[in-house]
Formats: sequence, C-alpha cells, structure tokens
Amino acid sequence: MNTMNVMDRTLETKTTKIAARDVNVYYGDTHAIKDVNVKIEANTVTAFIGPSGCGKSTFLRCLNRMNDTIDICRVTGDILLDGEDIYDKRVDPVQLRAKVGMVFQKPNPFPKSIFDNVSYGPRIHGLARNKAELEEIVEKSLRRAAIWEEVKDRLDAPGTGLSGGQQQRLCIARAIATEPEVLLMDEPCSALDPIATAQVEELIDELRASYSVVIVTHSMQQAARVSQKTAFFHLGNLVEFGPTGQIFTNPEDPRTESYITGRIG
Amino acid sequence: MTDLSQSPTPVPAGQNSLLTLSDRTKKRNAAEKRFKIYGISAIAVGLLMLVVLVTTIVSRGTGAFQQSFITLKVELLEAKLDKKGNRNLEDIKKVTTFGYAPIVKAAMQQAVQDLGIETDLKSKQMAALLSKNAVAQLRAYVLENPEHIGTTVEFRFLAQSRVDGYLKGRVSRDSIENDKNISPQQLDLADELLAAGVLEKTFNLDFILGSDASDQRPEAAGMGVSMLGSLFMMLVVLALALPIGVAASIYLEEFAAKNWMTDIIEVNIANLAAVPSIVYGILGLAVFINYMHLPMSAPLVGGLVLTLMTLPTIIISTRASLKAVPPSIRDAALGVGASKMQAVFHHVLPLAAPGILTGTIIGLAQALGETAPLLLIGMVGFIASNAPESIADGLLAPNSAMPAQIYEWAKRADPAFYERAWGGIIILLVFLVTMNTVAVILRRRFERRW
Amino acid sequence: MPTFWLVVLLLALSALGFAMGRRRALASAGGNPRNLHSLPNYYGANVAMSTAVPALAILAIWLLVQPIVIENRVSALIPETSIPENTSLSLVMSDVRRLAEGLDEAVNQSFLTQKQSFALDSATSDIRSDLGAVGVALGSEVRPEVLEAAQSYRQLSSSGATLMTVVAVLSALVGFFLAYRNSDKEFRARNVVERGVMALLVLAASLAILTTVGIVLSMFFETMNFFGLHNWRDFFFGTTWAPNFRGDSELSILPLLWGTLYISAIALMVAVPVGLFAAIYLSEYAGSTVRAFAKPLLEILAGIPTIVYGLFALLTVGPLLLKLFGQGENGVFGLTWMSGATSVLTAGVVMGIMLIPFVSSLSDDIINAVPQALRDGSLGLGATKSETVRQVVLPAALPGIVGAILLAASRAIGETMIVVMGAGAIAKFSGNPFESMTTITTRIVSQLTGDTDFASPETLVAFALGLSLFVLTLGLNVLALYIVRKYREQYD
Repeated sequence: MNTMNVMDRTLETKTTKIAARDVNVYYGDTHAIKDVNVKIEANTVTAFIGPSGCGKSTFLRCLNRMNDTIDICRVTGDILLDGEDIYDKRVDPVQLRAKVGMVFQKPNPFPKSIFDNVSYGPRIHGLARNKAELEEIVEKSLRRAAIWEEVKDRLDAPGTGLSGGQQQRLCIARAIATEPEVLLMDEPCSALDPIATAQVEELIDELRASYSVVIVTHSMQQAARVSQKTAFFHLGNLVEFGPTGQIFTNPEDPRTESYITGRIG
Repeated sequence: MTDLSQSPTPVPAGQNSLLTLSDRTKKRNAAEKRFKIYGISAIAVGLLMLVVLVTTIVSRGTGAFQQSFITLKVELLEAKLDKKGNRNLEDIKKVTTFGYAPIVKAAMQQAVQDLGIETDLKSKQMAALLSKNAVAQLRAYVLENPEHIGTTVEFRFLAQSRVDGYLKGRVSRDSIENDKNISPQQLDLADELLAAGVLEKTFNLDFILGSDASDQRPEAAGMGVSMLGSLFMMLVVLALALPIGVAASIYLEEFAAKNWMTDIIEVNIANLAAVPSIVYGILGLAVFINYMHLPMSAPLVGGLVLTLMTLPTIIISTRASLKAVPPSIRDAALGVGASKMQAVFHHVLPLAAPGILTGTIIGLAQALGETAPLLLIGMVGFIASNAPESIADGLLAPNSAMPAQIYEWAKRADPAFYERAWGGIIILLVFLVTMNTVAVILRRRFERRW
Repeated sequence: MPTFWLVVLLLALSALGFAMGRRRALASAGGNPRNLHSLPNYYGANVAMSTAVPALAILAIWLLVQPIVIENRVSALIPETSIPENTSLSLVMSDVRRLAEGLDEAVNQSFLTQKQSFALDSATSDIRSDLGAVGVALGSEVRPEVLEAAQSYRQLSSSGATLMTVVAVLSALVGFFLAYRNSDKEFRARNVVERGVMALLVLAASLAILTTVGIVLSMFFETMNFFGLHNWRDFFFGTTWAPNFRGDSELSILPLLWGTLYISAIALMVAVPVGLFAAIYLSEYAGSTVRAFAKPLLEILAGIPTIVYGLFALLTVGPLLLKLFGQGENGVFGLTWMSGATSVLTAGVVMGIMLIPFVSSLSDDIINAVPQALRDGSLGLGATKSETVRQVVLPAALPGIVGAILLAASRAIGETMIVVMGAGAIAKFSGNPFESMTTITTRIVSQLTGDTDFASPETLVAFALGLSLFVLTLGLNVLALYIVRKYREQYD
C-alpha cells in the first residue's frame, strides 16, 4: 500500500507541495523573516542558502512548526501544505510533523538501540499493526537511508555508538520511517567529515524520487551538487529563488552574485 | 511502547487532511493532557504541603506569644516575711517559697472579695488559678526589694496553664472532667475574673526571653536561654568553619595539583556532605566528650560538632564562588608581578567574598536547625535555668539550643507544652528566614556575571 | 582555664613579634621599604608565624596525645585482680577519671586544699560524701587502688600540663628570636611566609580527611569494644532487639534495619512520584513565571529543619492518620487498624514530604542536562511532548534519576528527628504500615541519651549501629555520586 502511494506521487511530478505566502517571523522584537513567498515542488531538492543568521533555518523550522517550541516566536502569513494552511487553528502540529519530517544539524540519535530509533516514529504514529510490519518498516527505512548493510547485524546496538556519518543516516532513516511527504534537512552535513558528507549527499539525491526535500546548507558547492531549486536568503529576505543552475551561473540580483562570488557571507 | 496494540487500523499519515484530527491524534492529545495534569498535581501537592505546614505552625504556635496573667494587690506582711523586722537579707532568705504561699492565697482571696464574686472555693483553690511560679516570683521580688516589706504591691502573676488554655480555647469544661489540676468551679471563677479585668491575656515577652521551666509550669517556659545556647554554638561554627572552609577551598581550587591525593579529598568532601547528621553526633560524643573530656552539654562541643558538619557545605559553595572568578583576573595580577598567593588573596578572594558569605550564611542556617547531633552530646532536657553570665560560661556551661528545646517540649506530656513547641518553631523559623533572606539579598546585590 | 590563657599569651607574643620584626627589617633597609626584598608586613608576618604556629601545633598535639599516655600509665597501675567481675578495665578507668575530676573540682571550689586532696585516704575519710557536697556524684564507694590510680592520674595530668606550657612557650620564644634575627633586608620573607600560609591551607584541606578518619576510628574502636562484650553473630544475624540493662540483652540490627528500610521505602513512594513529576513539569512545561515562583517555593520545604517535620509528624500527621485509620467508633471510618499516632506510615509520609524538593531539584538538574537536540529530534518526528518526555528524555536521564533517588534514599535512612518523633520505639518485623516500628537512628539516640555507661553493651551497641549506618549511607552516596558523575560526563 505504501509503495503504491509512493508510485502515485512519482507520477504527479512538479506539483507544488508547499506554498508560502507573505510569511513573517518575529523573535520577540526581532523581525527574523520578512515577507517570504516561495513554492516548494514535489520530488525536488530545494536548497536554502545564505550567510549565517539570514533566516534560512528559521524559515525551514516554520515549515513543520518546530518554532512552536520556542515561546517568543510568532509567525504571520500563510504556509500551505497541499493547499491546507498548516498554521490553521485546527491543525495539530503533531500530525503535521508526521507529514513533514526533519533531520537536524547535529546527528541526534536517541540513546536507544538502532531498531528502537527507527521504529520510534512508526510506533508513536501507529503505522504498524504488528511486530513483523514494524520490522519491515525499519528494514525498508534503513535500506532507503543506505545504512542497512552496515547495521543489519547489530540492530540492538545503541544508535549512539555509530560513527558521525552513520548516525546522520540513521536519523534520516528515522525521519523517513514515518512516511513523510516532505523532508526538511537543517545543514545535515555540517558536523560530518567529507566522506560521510558525500554518502549523505548521494542519499539526498536518491530520496528525491520519493519525497520533496528541503535542505538548508552553508556550502554553495553542496547546494549546487544536490539541489534542483535554490533559494537565497539575506537578512531575513528571500532575495532570489529559481533553478539551481540559473542561481549559480546567472543570478539576477547583485546580492546573490556577491554571495556566490564570496564577497558577502 | 504499548502503542502497537492500541492501533488496530493503521492510517498512513499522508491520506488524511491536516485539518481533521485523526482518532489516534485525539487519543494521543488526551494522553498528553493527562500527563500534564500529573505534573501540575505534583506541584500542587508540594505547594499544598508547604501551605499546610505553614498554617499549622502559625495557627498552633502564635498562642505561645500570648499568656494569661492575673493582676493582684499583694500585702507583703512583715510578720511572715521578716519576723525579726531587721530587714537582714540572710534572714529574709530563710523564708522559703512555702512561706510565701499564704500571702499569695490571701491576696487572691482579697481580690475575689473586693470584686464581690461569690464562690464556694477555698482560698487554696482560688490561688490554684495562679501559676506555681507565682510564689517564686514574689520571693525573688522581695529579696530584690526588701524595703517594700510591710507595704502593698501590685503584681502581675502568670495564670496556671489550664486557665491559660481555657482562655485560648484549648481547655474546655468537657476536657477537664478527669483533670485534677482544675475544676469547673475554678473555671467559673476565671470567667468572673476575666469579666472584671483581673485576668487578662496579653503579649508574653518572657516566652521569647525567658528560660525553660520544669514540666509542672508550662506557662513559665521560654526560649531565651536556649536561644543564647544556639547563639554561642553559631559563634563557634562561624569562628571555625569559615576560616577553615575558606582555607581548604583556596587550596583545593587554586593550588592543589590534580593527583590522587586531591581526588581523595574531593570525593571525601562530597561524601561528608551527605553523612547523616547523627553520625557527627556520635563523633562528637566519642572524640570531644569521651576522649578529650570536654564538658557534656556545652555549646562549645555543640559548636565543634556543627562545625564539622557544616564544613563540607561551606567548602562546596566557596569553591563554586572561587571557580566563578574568571582566570583573566588571576592572569592580570600575575602579569604585574604578583605572586600566586598575592593574586589569590588580593584579587580572587575579595571578588568571591559575596558568594562565600552567602554559602556560609546558608551553612549556618542549616546548622542552626540541626537537632540530632545535639541530643547525643547532652544538649537536651531541662538544663539551664539562667542565662550564662560570661562568654566562657556561655561556651562551657550546660545549655540547650533552640531545636533541642523544641524537641524537649514536644516530649513532655502536658499539651500546654505543644503550643510552646510550635511557638518555638516560629521563633526558629524567623531566624532561618532572616538568614536566608540576607543570603538571597547578598547574592542578588553582589552577584557578578562575568 | 589555663590552656585558654596560654593561647592568649602565645597570640600576644606573636603580635609583638609582628611589630618588632617589621621594625627591624625596615631599620635594616634604612627606613626605605624599596630596599627590602619583600613588603615590610611580610617580615612582621614571618616573625608572628614562627612564634605562634609551631607553639600552637605543639599545644594541639600535646592535648590530643596526653590523655592516651596518661591513660596507659595509669591503667598499668590497676592490678588485674582488682577489676570486679562483669566489668572491664575501661569501666574502672572511668571511675578513676571521675574521681580525679571530682577531686580537682573540690580543690577548685576551695573545699579541699591541694595538699589535703593528695593526702586523702580512702580508709579514713568518706570521699564519696565529700565529693557529693561539691556536686560530684560517684557511683560507688572509693576503693584504695582506684584512689591511688586517681591520684597518679591527677599528678600526671598536672605535671603534663606544666610541661606542655613550658615546651610551648619555649618553642614560641625560640621561633620568635630565630625569625627576628632573620628579619634583614636580604631575607626573602615573602617566600617563607607564603610557604607557611600554604602549609596552613593544606592543613585545612586535610581536615576533611581527618574528620572521616575521626568518624571511622571513633566508631570502630567502640564497636570493637562492643563485639568484645557481645556476640557479633547476634548483632548481625539475630532477630530480636531487646536491650536489658541487667545484662543478657539481645541486640540485633536486623529488626531496626527492617524498620529503617520500610519507613524509607514509604518516604520514597511519596517523594519520588511527586518530586519527579514536579521536576518534569517545571523543566518541560512550565513557563518562566511559574518556574520562578514554584521552584523556590518548593525548595523552602527542603530548608525547613527536620525538628519541624518531627513535630508535624508527632502532633499533626500522626493524630490525623489515627483519626482516619484507628479509634474504632470514634474514628472517621470506624477502623481499628491503627492503635497509636506513631507508626511507619506517619514517619514515612512526613519524611516523603521532606524529600519532595530534594528529589525534584536533583531531577530537575538532571532532566535539564538532557540535550535539547534529543527533544527536537523526537518532536520533529511528530511526537507529543509527553511522548518525548516518557520515551526519550526520561530514558536518557534514567541513570541520573536513579542516582538522585539513591541520594534521597541515603537521606531517608540517616534521617533522625522525624523517626524519633513519628515512628515509635518498638523493634519488630512486620509488614503492617499502621504499626509503630523503630529505626537504627532512633535506637542510637535512645541508647546514647540519658545516663550512659560506656562499659555496657547496651550503650556500646549504638556505636556499632552508627558504624553500620555510616557504611550503609556511604555506600549509597558513593554509588549515587558515581552514577551522577558518569551521567553528566556523557552529555558534557
């Protein structure tokens, strides 16, 4: 059933998955995001780039309402997921986050076994009827996250015992185990060494087949390597948004060009 | 982890609209709410306990600060008090308290007659409304002022504890059925005296300043002398624990090399802080009293025991304040050519002083409320009936301490002492609250954020 | 108190040394402090220190050692044959000490002259009634060998004290002159003074070790005495606690240990759920305002002295429980489960209230040490807050929380006043929480207060109990601190 679902989605290519309209974010008195409009497409890797503190991570965290956990944070404007406003009063962020998964900057496996890490999401959302189904989900997720071969013999070992790159792929497996439609990644490679980074980037490219992926990154090379669409943020504004090739070769805005060429950043 | 069995029909997340809550989400949100309620009730239970404790203390203890007094005109008959009439103090001293009893009885009878109260009571029963302390009070006055013999003097006597309890609502006509200390007729008399203003309930300074009294006279017992005992103990603790604690902390924090020796000392201090206080009492009994033959029940010994008990607390907090002083200050001092010792004593220590002081006050407050070790070194029971006369006396003469005094009262059978125990707790808590407030103010006022 | 005046004399001498040393150093530099190696005060401090420190050290050591020496010399005077049946040398020695102190007291009160006191003869004068007159009560008539031993005890003590004064003053003077002679502009006074101060600092730090050693030794020797008089098997493995001051006591720790653990378990059953949930709410849910109010208010409970809780147990909680579960017809529910206000439940509940803030503030620290990244990871997967707490935060914090509970347990086991006032005095094995039972700490208090005879097993057993209590709580503390420390390292 789930695979059917995935196949359905691959057919409807390039439909808009998330649409943000006039989004403003305030941290107390600080105006962190200013009038951002952006459309994120299905089966596409969208990269958010920009200098530190430009608001790209803040905006990413708005997409699955992780900002709700910060008391002083306030969001205005509309963010639509499949045409439904995720900031609607009737929306439970818990249900939203099952659809919009998230992978964080630092690998944060729970201090539990590898199996329990991956099965955590399906368990809380009740995605498996029995133990066998759960095992199936765990194996499938670990395979998709390209880590199955490395851990299949030690699923009972603690997730914290893996190497940095493995931990991050475990976290990705954990995120996709809940069958999300969108996967948000907040600088997923910044704590990894180059080899692990390459593995994760390869994985991101594969994930595009099933999910809409949004990745925040510091590294322009990484954005260029993995994404099809790129958004450039600067001082809380979305300066430019377009196909990755165009942003990097022929930016329209001078600020984008300055950043790409290393004059601001 | 039992969520598996709770979900007979798994719903893929993608198929539902976000705007409708799935049954499962509703169930999970209900669980969330329950969990939150557990948390709130836990805090409510904790705070409720605090409220119950405080109201109990206040409602049952405030009575101790008021006492019933009977004011009488007493004729100091020369024939009874100074038969020879020569006002020789030695001769007057020979008249014991028994000799004063008839005078008090007569005064009581006179007062009842003057007020025109009709009663079948004999004068002895009337005088029983007064505290057993009354005759001693009268004798002490006469010995002090022998020239007043032969005159009539107005006295304010303590009323007996049952009468006092009657005025405070603790004693009623039902509750005294089997009480041989008082009869309903005597309570009737008390009512009349109350109406006439002879018997009245007023603020009782003697409870705060006086000494403990024997278990026959709860109305005369006070906290004052045990307060002095506590004071002398705290002086000892302050004089020893502060310098030793600060010196030890300076060594451990600033000079000690990281080796097994300092490791042992550190683990040791952490563990000493958690050793039950009664163990310190055993140490004090074995070392200070049995071995060094210091006097039993002396505040000096109590102070020594509490010093050992408080040291770990002071060391731990002092080290924290020393650690909070940034290394740049030390570097700056060393940079202008100060020795390490000078850097520490001239710069680090003054900057850490508010923190050290705060920790010391909190340690002292802890020591002030400690009871168990004092029981073992004999600072309990009806010990001192007079305030110490000198500092050496204060340190070495047997005395009690505030918490031990409260314990002593709590052990006595007469419920009148319970009121005093609660009252004593109010006094003790006033000291503790004051000390902690001073500590908090010091911390707020002088705390630096580097 | 001659020792007191001796100390004053030494301090005065040392103050004089400070002034003179400082002056001499300045004079050697021609009155210009810049020519000195160190600041002038260091020269003064050097003389003051050399005067006072060695002399005071001699004094302290002397005061500690003299009793041992005298004890040994005097006890050698007592012939084996003069120790009565059923007593021991230490009992005779305590008679000797008491007599010696009594005679000194009599001299102090001018009841006897020094000469008369030494000329006393047990055959001709009634020493017991003489001493009774000055307020020293003796347990029995004075036997000649005891008197002789007491006299030699006094002799040794007084000559010891004289010798101590002489030696201390002499050492002060020697220190004074040596340091004074050294007070010259070339002398590195600061370095010497700093080394001295350092030694004092080290000494202060080692006092912590000394205290532990003192605790262990003081209880160990008395415990050994106890095992000399009482079978250790009965103490550790017996089942009855029945002290009997005519002898033949059964003194087993097990019933007391049972009472202790039972009450502690009830206390933890109250404190752990309430404290833990309070900590979870405060750290995960409460806003900053609620936290700012509730946390200090809860911590007030921890600052209240245990005597207050004891009184609360004795006069409020006990009678309340009795009304609920006892008194038959007159009670609220007409039950007869409880027969008195003191019970395991009374002490346990009150102790639990005392431990609530202890558990909650320790757990609060520990829960806060769990990295935010783990919470984010769980919330990001769509877990609710309570799911995050139960399935991620608590398992991650578990070792720390276990450590906190062990610390609380050690507190409960060593708590004295609440059980003395709320638990009762009957030693027994029973599972009924409404019965009154007794604990190790309660028995220590009752065996060591009042008239104690340090030669009877009934008194000495308190030291064995104390040592057991110390070992038990120390073990728990070491384990708990180790767990907590390991836990913190994990997330540092």
